[in-house]
Amino acid sequence: MIELADVEKTFVIRKRTGGLRRTRTVFRAVDGISFTVRAGEFVGYLGPNGAGKSTTIKMLTGILTASAGRIRVAGMDPARQRTQLARRLGVVFGQRTTLWWDLPLRDSLALIRHLYRIDPDDHRARLAELTELLDLGDFLDVPVRQLSLGQRMRGDLTAALLHDPPLLVLDEPTIGLDVVSKATVRGFLERLNVERGTTILLTTHDLGDIERLCRRVMVIDHGRLAYDGDLAEMRATVQADRQLIVDLARPGPPIALPGIEVVRTEGPRQWLALPRTHNAAAVIAALAGRHEIEDVALREPDIEEVVARLYRTGLPA
Amino acid sequence: MAELLRTYARLAWTWSRAAAQYPVSLVLLGVATAAVTSLDIAAIGLMFLRTPRIAGFSVAEVMFLYGTSGLSFILSDILMGGAERLDEHVRKGTLDALLVRPVSPLLQLATEDFSPRRFGKLVPTTLVFALALAHVPVRWTAPRIAMVPVMVLTGLVIFAAFWVLTTALQFVLVESRGATKSVTYGGAFLTQYPLSVFSRDIVRGLTFMVPLAFVNWEPSLYVLDKPDPLGLPGAFRFAGPVVAVVLCALAGPAWKSGLRHYRSTGS
Repeated sequence: MIELADVEKTFVIRKRTGGLRRTRTVFRAVDGISFTVRAGEFVGYLGPNGAGKSTTIKMLTGILTASAGRIRVAGMDPARQRTQLARRLGVVFGQRTTLWWDLPLRDSLALIRHLYRIDPDDHRARLAELTELLDLGDFLDVPVRQLSLGQRMRGDLTAALLHDPPLLVLDEPTIGLDVVSKATVRGFLERLNVERGTTILLTTHDLGDIERLCRRVMVIDHGRLAYDGDLAEMRATVQADRQLIVDLARPGPPIALPGIEVVRTEGPRQWLALPRTHNAAAVIAALAGRHEIEDVALREPDIEEVVARLYRTGLPA
Repeated sequence: MAELLRTYARLAWTWSRAAAQYPVSLVLLGVATAAVTSLDIAAIGLMFLRTPRIAGFSVAEVMFLYGTSGLSFILSDILMGGAERLDEHVRKGTLDALLVRPVSPLLQLATEDFSPRRFGKLVPTTLVFALALAHVPVRWTAPRIAMVPVMVLTGLVIFAAFWVLTTALQFVLVESRGATKSVTYGGAFLTQYPLSVFSRDIVRGLTFMVPLAFVNWEPSLYVLDKPDPLGLPGAFRFAGPVVAVVLCALAGPAWKSGLRHYRSTGS
C-alpha cells in the first residue's frame, strides 16, 4: 500500500546574518527512509518533534515533493498524481481541520460528496453509518467553528472516510482530546482496521494510542528510521531498565548495590533501576540479606521509557 | 471543463449559502461594495467638470473605457479574486488541507468565501457601461459590435491570468500579496483611463511588459476609431485574445511550479 525507498527531503534555510549577508544551510528533515506498509496493516509512526514525521506524511500524501528517493502510495507517485491519489486516501490532521470553518458540519460533508464525486446513495449510507459509529447526530447542523475539539475530530474523521478510502493517514489525531473522546476515536479506528480492512498509518505523541492500536511501530529520529518492527519486540530489544520497588521496614539511606541506581526514595519506599543484565531474583536475594524488607514489586518498562531510550541511544546493533 | 465549472458552481453555492446565514450583513456589504465602486466613477466625473476632454477622449468615451475595464476586472475578481489569499494559507500551513482533496487547490481557493456580495460591484459599473454605450459617437458596424463582448472576455481572461501568475509568486515570496494587488487592482485602475494620459514609456510598458493595454485600450482604439499614440500597427488592436492565450500558457506552469515549491509548515 505504501512503499518508500531511500526517500529524502531537504529544506534550504536562509538566515540573515547582518545587513544583506545571508547564510544558506541545508536541513535534512528526512534523511534516507525506506519502509513498506502492506494492505490491512495498522502502523504507528513515532518520533520526537522535528524528527521528520510530518514531513514524511506530507510526502506520502503529495503535499510535499521528495528531494530524492522513490515513493509509491496505492500504486501511485503522490507528488505527480496527487489529485488522483486523493480519491484513494483519507487524511486527518489533528492540529488543523480540513473542514470548512464557517459551514455546518452537514454542509461540509455534502460538499465533500461533490468534491469526491461520491454516489448519493453510497454517501447517504456511509454518512448514516459514520454518524452512528462516531455519534455525530447532535452536532451535524452546527458550524464547524463552534464544535468542541472532540466533536471536530470526529467530524474530520468522517470527512476523511466518506469516500471509503483503502488507506487512512492520521497525523496526531488524539492531540488535545479528553479521555472519553480519545477512547471513542481509538475504538473507531480499531474497528475500521479490523472490520473494513482499512490500512492505517498513525503518527502520534500519545503512546497510549500506539499501545492500544498498533502491532507494528516505526520510530523516526533525526530524519532516519531508528526502529521498524513489532511493538513487543521493540520493548524486548531496547534494553530499558526494569524497575524494582522496594518497601523497607523503616526509612533509611539509599540502598547501595553494585550497578544499581536508586531513582527515587519516599519514606521507606525506594525505586531502583534494574538493568537487563541483572537477574531480578539475585538482586532481591542480595537485598534481603542486607535490609529488612516488607515488600517488593517488579515493573516492566512502559513504552514511554522504551521510546525515550530509543531516542537517546538509537537501537543497539 | 464542464466538470470544472460544475465543481466551481457547487463550491461557490455552498459558500454563498454560508454567507446567507447573515442576511443583513450580506445586504449591507453588497451595498457598501457598490458604493465604493461608485466613488471611482465620481472621481472621473469630477475631472470632466474642469475639462470637456481627457487626452482627446470625451466623457462617454472614457466611460466606455471605464465600463469595459471594470466589467472585465470585476468578473475576474468574482471568479478568481479569492486566490490572492494564498499567502495566508501558505503562512498558516492550511494549504495542506486543500492539497489532500481531489480538486485543484486553485479552484478551492478561488471559491473560498464566495459571496453574492461580490456581485454588488457589478451594479454601478454595468450602469456606467450601458450609459457609455448609448452615448459614444460610434458608427456601430457588425465587427465593432462583436468587438465589445470579445474585449470584455479577453480582459477577463487577462486579469484572471494575472491573478494566477502573481498568486503563484506567493509560494516563493510569502509576503507578496501587495505585489498581487498592485498588478490586479492597480491594473484595473490604470485601464479605467485612456492610456494616452500617461507618458509614452508607461504605455510601452503596459503594452510589452505587463500587457494590460490589451484589456481594453487597444481594442477600444478600434471601436472608438482613435489613432494609436504609439503608432503601433493596426494588428495590435485585435491582438487581445492572443495575449490572453499566451498569459494563460504562462500562468499554468507558473502555478504548478509554485505548488512544487510549497514547503508547508512544521506540524
